[in-house]
Amino acid sequence: MGLYFCATFLMLGVGAYFIIEDLELGDPLTIVNSFMIYYLAADLIMRYMFQKMPVLNIRTLLYQPIKKNGVVKYSLWKTVASFFNIMHAFFFVPFSIVLITQGYDPLGVLGWHLGIFALFYTNNFLNVMMNNMDSVFYPLVALMLILGISQYYGWFDITVYTNPAFQVLYELPWTAILPWALLVGMYFAAFSYFRRHMYLDAGLATKHSEAKTEDYAWLNRFGNLGTFLKNDIRLIRRNKRSKTTVIMSVFFLFYGLFFFTQSLETFDHPTWKIFAGIFISGGFLFSFGQYVPSWDSAYYPLMMSQNIKYREYLNSKWYLILFATVISTILSVWYIYFGIDTYLAILVGAVYNIGINSYLVLWGGAYIKTPIDLNSNKNAFGDKQAFNAKTMLLTIPKLVLPLGVYMIGHIFIGETAGFILVALTGVLGYVFKEKVFGIIEKIYKKEKYKTLLAYSQKN
Amino acid sequence: MINVQNVTKKYGNKTVLNIEHLDIPKGQSFGLVGNNGAGKTTFFSILLDLVQPSTGTIISNEVDVNNSEAWKPFTSAFIDESFLIGYLTPEEYFYFIGELRGRNKADVHSLLEQFQDFFHGEILGQKKYLRDLSKGNQKKVGIVASFIGNPEIIVLDEPFANLDPTTQIRLKSIIKDLASNQEITVLISSHDLMHVTEVSERIVVLEKGDIVKDIVTSEETLKELENFFSGTLAD
Repeated sequence: MGLYFCATFLMLGVGAYFIIEDLELGDPLTIVNSFMIYYLAADLIMRYMFQKMPVLNIRTLLYQPIKKNGVVKYSLWKTVASFFNIMHAFFFVPFSIVLITQGYDPLGVLGWHLGIFALFYTNNFLNVMMNNMDSVFYPLVALMLILGISQYYGWFDITVYTNPAFQVLYELPWTAILPWALLVGMYFAAFSYFRRHMYLDAGLATKHSEAKTEDYAWLNRFGNLGTFLKNDIRLIRRNKRSKTTVIMSVFFLFYGLFFFTQSLETFDHPTWKIFAGIFISGGFLFSFGQYVPSWDSAYYPLMMSQNIKYREYLNSKWYLILFATVISTILSVWYIYFGIDTYLAILVGAVYNIGINSYLVLWGGAYIKTPIDLNSNKNAFGDKQAFNAKTMLLTIPKLVLPLGVYMIGHIFIGETAGFILVALTGVLGYVFKEKVFGIIEKIYKKEKYKTLLAYSQKN
Repeated sequence: MINVQNVTKKYGNKTVLNIEHLDIPKGQSFGLVGNNGAGKTTFFSILLDLVQPSTGTIISNEVDVNNSEAWKPFTSAFIDESFLIGYLTPEEYFYFIGELRGRNKADVHSLLEQFQDFFHGEILGQKKYLRDLSKGNQKKVGIVASFIGNPEIIVLDEPFANLDPTTQIRLKSIIKDLASNQEITVLISSHDLMHVTEVSERIVVLEKGDIVKDIVTSEETLKELENFFSGTLAD
């Protein structure tokens, strides 16, 4: 995933200038500058959610004969080399080079580049101080959303005010000193913040949220299934990593905008509607489902030695995926705005997800075997092991098969027939649920020892 | 009750466990001692079918543990923190185990009632998740959870480690109570020779995977074990 980001940023860095020019949006530097405020805000949000704090490794250093200031300095400088900083270079370095080759004033570009550079590092140190400050963080996210929406509908355009601040870095290169001064100030602020909190019972203390025993007694009627569902709900609600997954699956709801707004011509074919439909209704299915049983990796030995039947365990996860798919489908009802057939595609996608894909993710999960650290967002975007040959093979029936089925119906009869065929495939899959679960159960049993071994590597 | 036949476990060329024959009768309180790497946890893991033996079988109450899951209803264990679910409160965890073993909340409560002393007011109603409890308190939760649902075989790996002195003494009397019940077979491992001799009727010493001693506990057992382990020191 990191590599993917770098590649995308690199391509954008090289291509942005020419894309903006081609689309005749105006002066490329001005355009980039007007989005800069959103870029910086998004960067800060990403950092807050995913960048690991340096404090985590400090404890062991405290007892060593190193001066405290040294430890603080070391930890802060360590964040400098973080991927979250380097990533942006993949965009800004090629973009700046392109600017110079296109006849922009080299000194101006240099000033602009260095100024922006300092701003991203300011974010880096700001984030150090923003650890566990949800009360600041969520309003910031809301503010950015409101500003974005206002700009889209032309009510209020914040970039009119922020753009000149970035533009001036190019026009008067010496002003780059200002963000650098800000950066230096932020560094010292972070330094003293860090230094003050460097005690085991202060900043380094692990934050304990007050726990409340929750009954979910209404789930008791489902018997053993309810027992597992209760735990799965607690799992999702009480752990950082699973919360991130739920947020990610909400983003999937908007995935269809790429396809249905006709913003990209390539996607202007009904087949892509099915594709989008599968993703919109299946956000949770893909982001949560593919890591079953890794969600339970921390206590898998317990699950394997307790009085538990695989069938019930898998069934609970399946129902969770079912509920989430139904909810996603209901929440995406606003796609009707793009035409009833668009929403039909989502419904059909949902049926296929429930009937076929729900099994496939559970099946694929048996091969992933990556232990999940529930309290950290590391690897939340997937990791190498999640992309082995077996899971790759399983994406074919997940995505390619429904598209193929649709095409057959579409070519021979028409759009509606294509929809019906895909939905029927899903229904057919559902009919064979018990049979398929039997097969998956066998695979889980076969993989049991390997899975236990792989999970214990971390524990 | 438990019958071990030719069980070996190899990782590469290295044999970590090699038990030709071992019988543990029903109701026995069985202690397993040995230095680090002796194979104690490996043995328990094979018994719980968490690790596949390279050869041999363990028959637990007529069930081949590697081929059937029928041993699960009458067996319970606490090996390490991977037997705890960190994001649950102790109460939720006990109820969860209870539900898995067919015990309702009232049953679980009446069981927990007997362990109020052992918990020392640090477990129930603390508004803390298991992951936020101290190691010792986590251990208390895991040990007591393994008593839920009238298991016939209870496996405890290093139950005395990390416990404070008062709790160790209370745990000893709990295990002695269990051992006096002829229906329950208790298997514990320990590095603490004194504790383990006090609570076990029989002690088996493992060294590098082999059984080197199999003693019925008596007055002299502690001395014998101490001599043995200082002997291995001298080697």
